[in-house]
Amino acid sequence: MEILVCVKRVPDTAENEFELNSAGNDLDRDDLVFSVNEWDNYAVEEAIQIVDNVGGSVTVVTVGDDESEEVLRREMAMGANNGVLLSDDAFEGSDGKGIASILKAEVEKGSYDLILTGAQADEGAGQVAGMLAAMLDLPYASLVNKVEVGEGKVTVGREIEGGNQEMNEIDLPCVLSIQTGINEPRYVGIRGIRKVAKVEIPVRSASDLGVDAAVIGDANAKVKRVDYFVPDLGEGAEMLEGSTDEIIETLIEKLKSKGGL
Amino acid sequence: MTQIFAYIPHQGGVAADIAFEFPEAAKKLDGAATLTAVVTGSGADLDKVANGLTSLYAEVIKIDNEALAYPNAEVVRKALLNVLDANAIVLAAHDTFGMDLCPGLSIKMDSTYVADVVDFEGVDGSLLKTVRQELGGAVSTHVTCDITAGAVVTIRPGAFAPVEAGQSGAVADKSADAGDLTGKRRFLEIVEAEVGDVDITKSDVLVSVGRGIEEEDNIEIAQELAEAMHAVVSCSRPIVDAKWLEKSRQVGTSGLTVKPKVYMAMGISGSFQHMGGVKGNPFIVAVNKNPKAPIFQVADVGIVEDILEFMPELTEKVKSL
Ligand SMILES: Cc1cc2nc3c(=O)[nH]c(=O)nc-3n(C[C@H](O)[C@H](O)[C@H](O)COP(=O)(O)OP(=O)(O)OC[C@H]3O[C@@H](n4cnc5c(N)ncnc54)[C@H](O)[C@@H]3O)c2cc1C
Ligand SMILES: Nc1ncnc2c1ncn2[C@@H]1O[C@H](COP(=O)(O)O)[C@@H](O)[C@H]1O
Repeated sequence: MEILVCVKRVPDTAENEFELNSAGNDLDRDDLVFSVNEWDNYAVEEAIQIVDNVGGSVTVVTVGDDESEEVLRREMAMGANNGVLLSDDAFEGSDGKGIASILKAEVEKGSYDLILTGAQADEGAGQVAGMLAAMLDLPYASLVNKVEVGEGKVTVGREIEGGNQEMNEIDLPCVLSIQTGINEPRYVGIRGIRKVAKVEIPVRSASDLGVDAAVIGDANAKVKRVDYFVPDLGEGAEMLEGSTDEIIETLIEKLKSKGGL
Repeated sequence: MTQIFAYIPHQGGVAADIAFEFPEAAKKLDGAATLTAVVTGSGADLDKVANGLTSLYAEVIKIDNEALAYPNAEVVRKALLNVLDANAIVLAAHDTFGMDLCPGLSIKMDSTYVADVVDFEGVDGSLLKTVRQELGGAVSTHVTCDITAGAVVTIRPGAFAPVEAGQSGAVADKSADAGDLTGKRRFLEIVEAEVGDVDITKSDVLVSVGRGIEEEDNIEIAQELAEAMHAVVSCSRPIVDAKWLEKSRQVGTSGLTVKPKVYMAMGISGSFQHMGGVKGNPFIVAVNKNPKAPIFQVADVGIVEDILEFMPELTEKVKSL
């Protein structure tokens, strides 16, 4: 089974306190800590486990800048066999459709049975996989939390509301977006990263890929983020301040009056 | 004239709550647009939903086919492509079905896609201005979307105010237009979530832990607090993903919906999928070491502290009462 897993380098929500820049229209990007999108680790782990069972290889791909190479290496340290970086100034500012178009061009260069993505990334969109599948005319299932490989098809579980699972049979090749919890992504240590530090990672540009120039980049993005802002949501929480003892005292009084104690 | 179609999810003959929210969303999107509900399914259930929707929508399109009895996104997409106008704006819920259907639908309709919109700021020329969130709700953004060739937009359940019934619309049967509904993905069955040892939905007080608990061994700290408060421990999704607690302890859209009197969110950032499971307007206490955590926007009381230090101290004080 030849598997392609799409991964993305994103700001780490656990490691950052997000602030707006002084102009107030973008994130303050100095000192942001980045990592691989949480969902993508589950997708890569699933791909590795499938290949361990039925043979084949796992390729990880990302659309990004030079710095995105580090997430490819991380996933290769997990056990992905190959990495490919799709990088070109012309890609910058692409919307979801643009990213899917770039990935489509790469998919068409290979011969994959299965294409995996994360269920969503930093923008909370969950769009690239479904778009990619539609562009490739391949069947698709989102929020997959179980994969069982069969003959020319896979049986997949989709996580739906309330934690129920919707079972489907889907023809190969197909595109699946992977939900967290499907497996336990393996730990990657420094030593693992070091082992793949020298592996050659090919970089492909717009012309290498032959991607349709009319749908990529900022100028062709039909969906655009114009700014970041802090919403005016009314009062928000009453923040308790003071020493921990004082806070606890106030909290206990409040809990008593609200039926918490 | 802009045409908006709202795809109505339903189950057991009852439309989902979001059916009441689309009209408000459509009004904010473009007050001059026409709004039509679209509902797919099969048989008596579908009729019941479609007829019910006429009190909310002036026009209701129904597409009845056995292949649509279960909403398989691939099949629904085919039906919609044959029935909807090419340049239409399609609204759907940002739920597990909307996420399955909509990105691909936008490609096949050759229109644009915006996911998980929480507000609209109207149309300016060919640009629709939407409000979204990123990074788990840590920041909000304005996103514009070119609607020249139509658009597919999912809205966050609960983000728009529900409207009251007040229409007396009609049902248009477009079943004959649905076309070929065979696909490469076949629905098999629903496997129900497992029931756990403790029913978190029955407890008036929940001590809910999130990723801020950091390690499996620390769960005990929350259990001790819960015990002192005669409460039950629940959690956010990452705790279940890590297998530190059972799935039956998970609060949220893909977990359980709880309606306690008091909800103690300990090291939980406050993503909408988590808060979507906290209902009944409880008194929410949030303890988080990040003063910018989105949970502080929805909590009643906020405390900026390290839960690993705060919880044991609170436990001691509660015990000594
Ligand atoms: C389709 C779908 C369905 C989902 N369903 C659910 C669901 O049902 N339930 C659910 O919960 N999630 C669900 N999610 C996941 C959701 O989007 C979030 O990823 C998740 O809720 C985050 O959990 P968290 O708040 O515990 O973790 P994080 O977002 O990582 O937040 C951890 C918080 O802890 C704080 N913290 C860290 N250490 C400490 C400390 N020592 N003391 C105090 N604070 C600390 C941090 O500042 C941070 O705010 C779903 C996602 C998708 C895509
Ligand atoms: N720039 C990118 N490069 C490679 N894959 C991506 C990129 N952006 C998104 N994806 C894939 O699409 C998934 C969902 O992201 P999104 O659709 O942006 O929410 C991610 O988990 C990745 O698998």
